[in-house]
Amino acid sequence: MPERAMIEVEDVSKRFGETPALAGVSLACPRASVLALLGPNGAGKTTLVRILTTLIRPDRGRATVAGFDVATEATPLRSVIGLAGQYAALDGLLTGRENLELIGLWYHLDKREYRRRAQEVLERLSLTDAGNRLVKTYSGGMRRRLDVGASLVGRPPVLFLDEPTTGLDPRTRNDLWQFLEELVEGGTTVLMTTQYMEEAERLAHRIVVLDTGRVIADGTAEQLKDLLGGDRLEARVTDSADLDRAAALLGELAGGPPHVDAEQRRVSVPTAGGTAFLLRAGLRFQEEQIRLDDLGIRRPSLDDVFLSLTGGHIRDAEEAA
Amino acid sequence: MTELALAAQRPSTRLLVRDTLGVAKRNLLRIARTPLMLIVTAVQPALLLVLFRYVLGGAISIPGGSYVDYVVPAVFVEAVLIGGMTTSIGLAEDLKSGIVDRFRSLPMARSAVLAGRTLADLSRSVFSLGVLVGLGLAVGFHFHAGAGSILAGLAIVLAFGYAFSWMYVAIGLATKDPETAQIAGILPFFVLMFASNAVVPVATMPGWLQGFARNQPLSVTVSATRALLEGGPAAHWVWQSLAWAAGILLVFFVASLRLYRNSTG
Ligand SMILES: Nc1ncnc2c1ncn2[C@@H]1O[C@H](COP(=O)(O)OP(=O)(O)OP(=O)(O)O)[C@@H](O)[C@H]1O
Ligand SMILES: [Mg+2]
Repeated sequence: MPERAMIEVEDVSKRFGETPALAGVSLACPRASVLALLGPNGAGKTTLVRILTTLIRPDRGRATVAGFDVATEATPLRSVIGLAGQYAALDGLLTGRENLELIGLWYHLDKREYRRRAQEVLERLSLTDAGNRLVKTYSGGMRRRLDVGASLVGRPPVLFLDEPTTGLDPRTRNDLWQFLEELVEGGTTVLMTTQYMEEAERLAHRIVVLDTGRVIADGTAEQLKDLLGGDRLEARVTDSADLDRAAALLGELAGGPPHVDAEQRRVSVPTAGGTAFLLRAGLRFQEEQIRLDDLGIRRPSLDDVFLSLTGGHIRDAEEAA
Repeated sequence: MTELALAAQRPSTRLLVRDTLGVAKRNLLRIARTPLMLIVTAVQPALLLVLFRYVLGGAISIPGGSYVDYVVPAVFVEAVLIGGMTTSIGLAEDLKSGIVDRFRSLPMARSAVLAGRTLADLSRSVFSLGVLVGLGLAVGFHFHAGAGSILAGLAIVLAFGYAFSWMYVAIGLATKDPETAQIAGILPFFVLMFASNAVVPVATMPGWLQGFARNQPLSVTVSATRALLEGGPAAHWVWQSLAWAAGILLVFFVASLRLYRNSTG
C-alpha cells in the first residue's frame, strides 16, 4: 500500500461573498518534503493555508493533513501542525520566551519540556539575547523569526509557513532555510508560501503556482523552467542604433526568430549550442564591430516562469512585500 | 502513526484546566504590564462613587438610612460591571491582532481561550473592589454587618461581575473590533445602572418601569449586597441574584462558544 501524502487537497473551493478565493484546488505533499505555494497577491495562498490549519472551512472539496480531515477532525489535526501565519501572531506584552513557553503549554508539553524547547528555539533563531525582552520592543525581523519559532515549539510533523522569510535580512533568511532543511531531513513536512523565487528554488521539492484561486502550474523548479523552453543566448548592445544589425546577425546564426527588447537594448535567440555557440556569436559581433555591454547564455529563471505564467502580476507582489 | 493516534484522543478535563490556566496566566501578565489600564478601570467607578455621594447625596433622602450607605454598595456592583467591559475590548483586540488565529490552530480547548480571559479579568474586579471599599469608608460609608456577612456581600458582587463578564465575552466576539466593543458594552451598563434601585429608590419611577427596575439582575444584586453589608434579611435577594448570575453565565457561555467557533471565515 503506498503511503498517503501528508497533505492532500482535493478540489477545494472557497468564496468570500462574491470573491472566489479558491476555485477547485488540488495538490498533495508527501512526508518529509517541502511544497512551495507561489502566486501573485490575492491568488489564494493564505486562504489555502487557513483552510489546511482549520481556521476556515472550505465551501467545497476535501482536505486532509496527516490523514485528519480539516472539516471533521479539526481537534486531532491541530495537535500535529504548526502555523506561522502571514502576519505575526504574538503577544507584544509578553517576552519572547513567555510567548514560546505558553505555546508549548498549549501543545500539552510538561513544564520542563516546554522550557527546554523555548530555550532551544530562541537559540536556534538567534534570539537568545532578546528572549527576555517584551515582544513589543522587537524589530520586524525579530518578530517574524519568533513567530516562525512559535510554530516549531510543538515539534509538529507538519508545518505551515505563510511567507516565513518576508522582511528577514539575507543572513537570517539563510539561517532559517538551513534550519528548515534540517527539520525536513528529520521527517517534517512543510507547506510554505513565498514571494521569493530563490527561496522556492532552494527549499521546495515541489512548486505549485496559484493564480486567481486556480493551480496554473505544478512541478519541480526544473520542470517549471522547462515550460519556457531551453537556454537562450542574450546580447545587450551599447548603442540602440545597432539593435537591428544585432538582431539580424543572431537570427542568421541561430536559424530562428530573435526576440528584441528595444527598451533594454537586448536581443535574444533560443540555442542548444552551449559555449561554442557563445564564442561564435562573440566573434561575429566583433567582426561586425557591434559594441556590446553584455553577452551570455541564460537559463530561464523561476522569475521568468512566474512572470510568463501569471502575466506580470509579480510587480504588485514585490511592491506589497 | 501511534503518536498521531495518541494525539487524536479527546482533551481531558485536566488538560482543559491546564489550558485555561495558561490563558489566564497570559492575560494576568498583560494586566500586570499595563498598570495604567488597571488603575483607570478602578478610577471610573471611584469617580461615580464620589459624584453620587456629593452631587446626589444632598438631594435624595433614603427612608431609614443615609444616602452614602445606600449608594456605596451599588457602586461596588457597578465597578465589577465596568471591569467586565475590559473583557470584551481585550477579546476583540485578540481577534483583530490575529492571535486568536494562533490559538485556534493549537490543540487547546476553545473554551479555554474564553474562560482563561474571564478569570484573569476577575482580578481587575477584585482590585477595583478593594479600591472602592477604601474610598467608600473614606467618604463616610459604614459596614453595619459582621465580617462573615461582609465577605459574603463582596463575594456576591464578584459572582455577579463574573457572570456578566461572559456577556462581555459575547459582545467582544460579536463586534470583533475594540472600539465597537467598547461602545456596545456601555449600552447594557447604562440600562442596568439607571433603570435600577442603584442610585435612586425605585418608588419614584413610573409604574411601568418599576417592575423591571426592581427585579433586573443589577437591582437584586445591589439589594442583596446592601442587606449583606448593612445587616438585614438578605436570603431573598441573595437567591435571586445567584439565580440571575447562573442564568446569565449559562446563556452567554453557550452563546460565546458558538460565536467563537464562527469568529473567522
Ligand atoms: N476574510 C476575507 N474576506 C473577504 N475576502 C477575503 C478574505 N480573505 C481573503 N479574501 C480574498 O480572497 C482572495 C485571496 O486572498 P489570499 O489572502 O488567500 O491571497 P494571497 O495569495 O495570500 O495573497 P498575498 O500574496 O497578498 O498574501 C483575495 O481576493 C482576497 O481579497
Ligand atoms: Mg497571503
